[in-house]
Amino acid sequence: MKIVQSIKKFLSNIPMAGWLLGMLVAVLIEYFWGYDYISYYLGLPKIPVLFGAIIMLKDPTMIPGALAYDLVVYVLPVCIVGKASAFFTNPLAAAMEKLPLWISVLIHLCCFYGILSLWAGINDYRVLVVKLTLISIILTISINVINGYQGEFSCSHPGFMAVGAYVSSVITLFLFANDKIFGAAVLPPSLGPWLFPFALIMGGIAASVASLLVAIPSFRTRGDYLAIISLAFMFIVKSAVENINVIGGARGMGGQPDLAPLYVIFIWTMLCIWVIHNFVTSIMGKALNAVRDDEAASESMTVKTRKTKMTAFMFGAFWAGIAGGLFAHVLTYINPGMFSINRLAEILAMVYFGGLNSIVGSIVGAVSINILGEALRPLELFKWIIIPLILIFVMIFRPYGLISFREINAGKLLAARKNK
Amino acid sequence: MESFTDLIPFFIQNFINALQRGSFYAVISIGYSMVYGVLMLFNFAHGDIFMVGTYIGFGIATLFLSLFAGILPGPVIFVGTVVVTMFLASWIGVFVEVAGYRPLRQAPRASAAITGLMIGIIFETGILILLGAKRLSFPPLIESVSYNVGGVYFTNIKVMIIIISLLLMLALHTFIQKTKWGMAMRAMSYDFLAVPLMGVSINIMAPLTFAIGAGLAAVAGILYGQAYPILDPYMGVLIGWKAFVAAILGGRGSIKGAALAGYLLGFIEIFVATIFPSTLRDLIAYSIILLILTFRPRGFFGMEHSTKLRL
Repeated sequence: MKIVQSIKKFLSNIPMAGWLLGMLVAVLIEYFWGYDYISYYLGLPKIPVLFGAIIMLKDPTMIPGALAYDLVVYVLPVCIVGKASAFFTNPLAAAMEKLPLWISVLIHLCCFYGILSLWAGINDYRVLVVKLTLISIILTISINVINGYQGEFSCSHPGFMAVGAYVSSVITLFLFANDKIFGAAVLPPSLGPWLFPFALIMGGIAASVASLLVAIPSFRTRGDYLAIISLAFMFIVKSAVENINVIGGARGMGGQPDLAPLYVIFIWTMLCIWVIHNFVTSIMGKALNAVRDDEAASESMTVKTRKTKMTAFMFGAFWAGIAGGLFAHVLTYINPGMFSINRLAEILAMVYFGGLNSIVGSIVGAVSINILGEALRPLELFKWIIIPLILIFVMIFRPYGLISFREINAGKLLAARKNK
Repeated sequence: MESFTDLIPFFIQNFINALQRGSFYAVISIGYSMVYGVLMLFNFAHGDIFMVGTYIGFGIATLFLSLFAGILPGPVIFVGTVVVTMFLASWIGVFVEVAGYRPLRQAPRASAAITGLMIGIIFETGILILLGAKRLSFPPLIESVSYNVGGVYFTNIKVMIIIISLLLMLALHTFIQKTKWGMAMRAMSYDFLAVPLMGVSINIMAPLTFAIGAGLAAVAGILYGQAYPILDPYMGVLIGWKAFVAAILGGRGSIKGAALAGYLLGFIEIFVATIFPSTLRDLIAYSIILLILTFRPRGFFGMEHSTKLRL
């Protein structure tokens, strides 16, 4: 314990900028020497993906090598560079504190994106994992608006996702792709990246309009009816998509133009975090929390409960639609089976694992369930015993999720640290 | 259908099919509805308890057939299988309650729902690991005999399933309405917090509720195995969600509502599949449910609850 304390103290004066610099160095080390030298001399066949978890589970003899790789490539450089650079990153952070907060956040996010894309750029697998994780973050935060901030139990997120995915795919296929169904591209494909946001937003709007189908009947009354109506909605969407042959029916729909590189998804994720954070801290968001805690009392305090609930529900559905659109363009193939009970279980697991009423919690939940799912892949079936067990334990010991009802203050996070 | 006279046997034929399918949904959803009414839980593990019950029934039936085949008549073996399976499966229900839900009794209901979902996944994977991915087929315990009455075909198994389901529901109804335990359960569904003050132990009543629900699910599983003999670790998922739908459609904690909703679900599915293309089954079934809930948001027999449910 004393060692942990002293390490904590040793590292306590590194600001966020220092950590980012350390990560940059670590990623650069991996980028330039990882494949050729470090993994070779540690006896590893290739760069261990996901911090070596996969290689360790596949072949136990690789455990020391993979751990040493993590230590040499990630842990030591991050700590050493972070500590060594504290003498100039701290004044830097202090200087940035004088700027408006959003500029400082933007600078940090740009640095973070650079590091992330470098890290992911080593192979396509990492890129895909990062993309899907970012999309999961959008999904988790958007369901947190409904299940956490609003305190209902909604099961319709896969349905909203499907609506968003199909609508935006149809738009992009119609406009930018030479397709069997919709014929030649209407607009030159070079316009694709510029008009892609509109396709996504149309998908989101379609999802939020579709959410009215759930919201209108279910917000007449309180309680559990939202759960079943939203579940019915999910089945209806899946079944409807299966029966519309124009968009592929049960066979699915492929060939979406590849309009979702990493940076697009990163920007949308950050936008989602920012917008939803603003939403839940706005007057409407506070009203939403009031409605969750006591509907009658908030009604008497002039909160329009029905309007608040509907708005929040449509807002959550909108972002689920956006996530669906991004999902469709990452995989460039969708079928109705992707938006069914399994996806629902995954989304619910992420939001309740991470924590209700917390955007940071949602991010933690989405990232950890995704990474855990990928890392435990070599265990095949046993993965589906371990992940549920972990979730059950989290639920027993922290019933509201790991980080719930707590937000991290961005200004405090990015501030300069003093020596203690 | 050439003429009107052909329409009646066609209708009766589908009516019997629908009654059979509805029987499964009804029996499973009354178990769901009991847990939901008494403990106010979404027991998302119920479908998988049904699946595990079917597998237990499969094991017991195979065991009994290997021991007593030729010695005892089929119906006796069937009854024996049902009784033993019910007993064993109710322990699964007790286990789920004690291990999964009891630590979460003070927690928000959604956490319990997630726990149920995860327990379900563990059951599915556990069966998959234990028995492998190959599909087993349930041994026929009672010889199937077909009858043809005026152009309507049905088998004795169909009739048996319908009758046994009705008997089970009747037995459960009697239990809830006439016995002391049943009274305690009704009291719990009425007011969860005041009941312990009256000397009813929740730590006994909750496992009992789960045990009855699981036992019913297991019997439904055996009947299901007689009607559709293919066993599959994921067979419980959809049925579980449908039971959930039926339980809420029937009204919170209402046994007869759940049974009615289960039958309704069976009827909608069968009649949609015969009249329209069968791919539209889910679409129409759930649209009808959505409509019903729009006009009767508390389900068929739901009570007005003044207190906000703790979620």
